[in-house]
Amino acid sequence: MADEALFLLLHNEMVAGLYRAAEQGEGENGRCTTKLESMGFRVGQGLIERFTKDTARFKDELDIMKFICKDFWTTVFKKQIDNLRTNHQGIYVLQDNKFRLLTQMSAGKQYLEHAPKYLAFTCGLIRGGLSNLGIKSIVTAEVSSMPACKSFLEYSVI
Amino acid sequence: MSRPPGRKQENHKISRELFVLTYGALVAQLCKDYEKDEDVNTCLDRMGYGIGVRLIDDFLARSAVKKCRSYSETTDMIAQVAFKMYLGVTPSVSCSSAAGNEFSLILDKNPLVDFVEELPAERSSLCYCNLLCGVIRGALEMVHLAAEVTFLQDRLKGDAVTEIGITFLRKAEDRKHKRN
Repeated sequence: MADEALFLLLHNEMVAGLYRAAEQGEGENGRCTTKLESMGFRVGQGLIERFTKDTARFKDELDIMKFICKDFWTTVFKKQIDNLRTNHQGIYVLQDNKFRLLTQMSAGKQYLEHAPKYLAFTCGLIRGGLSNLGIKSIVTAEVSSMPACKSFLEYSVI
Repeated sequence: MSRPPGRKQENHKISRELFVLTYGALVAQLCKDYEKDEDVNTCLDRMGYGIGVRLIDDFLARSAVKKCRSYSETTDMIAQVAFKMYLGVTPSVSCSSAAGNEFSLILDKNPLVDFVEELPAERSSLCYCNLLCGVIRGALEMVHLAAEVTFLQDRLKGDAVTEIGITFLRKAEDRKHKRN
């Protein structure tokens, strides 16, 4: 879909622009990730509101996680999460074997050190979406081999 | 639970909303980072340029249009094909110079400002959609058409419509002669 290309390019430019500005300024890498994450948070909040306008109330947290993995992920990234695991004590691991924002970058270990920059926005997106569904969470992500990526979600009900 | 009808269209709408919301978050972040409106505008333009030089490949691949023979054909292509494809709107085109190299795209409906009510008071000279100017400029440059693209009117600043002005500068063909 044409929209996907636009969002992908915008996201890449955002990351590049923020890091470029940081290099010229004080040069603090951590701040850029925080900025991207907070942008994703805001977008996630707004998006989930519009998305769940007409859906039924969720039964429990697992239902919400399944919604995130199927409907939400499909709408945003055109595919479902490949693997969802939980320890039933508040930790969820979402695995996407072909993360849309990383597929164009490499297929292996090349550019692995740059991958976290491109995950920050999506982590914020998930955290924002969950926050507006009443779940306070901490979302982190890791990439061991492009373009597969794992998100770790630790949640607690607000 | 069966899917309600029209879900595909809804998904398409949400996709577009994702882009619009992300753009809004980006502008908000830039406003926090830079104090002056001109800096934000320049930053948006530069980002748009970076997007445009890549978007043109995507556009040409998807639309398979033939080579445009004139500036006016090019502008029509931008308005009727590109805008429709990426933003879902079709601006109207008007030529504003006798020489035939200045055009305006008039947007009645600008999807980028769907969620924006008004610019904050201290940001009165912010060109909220400056990204679009950069995108058009970058895309045109990749097909060897140098152009200046600016906002002539902006609904967010109180004008009736949003108008983007494209001024085609001389083609880069003269450079080829120098090489020989």
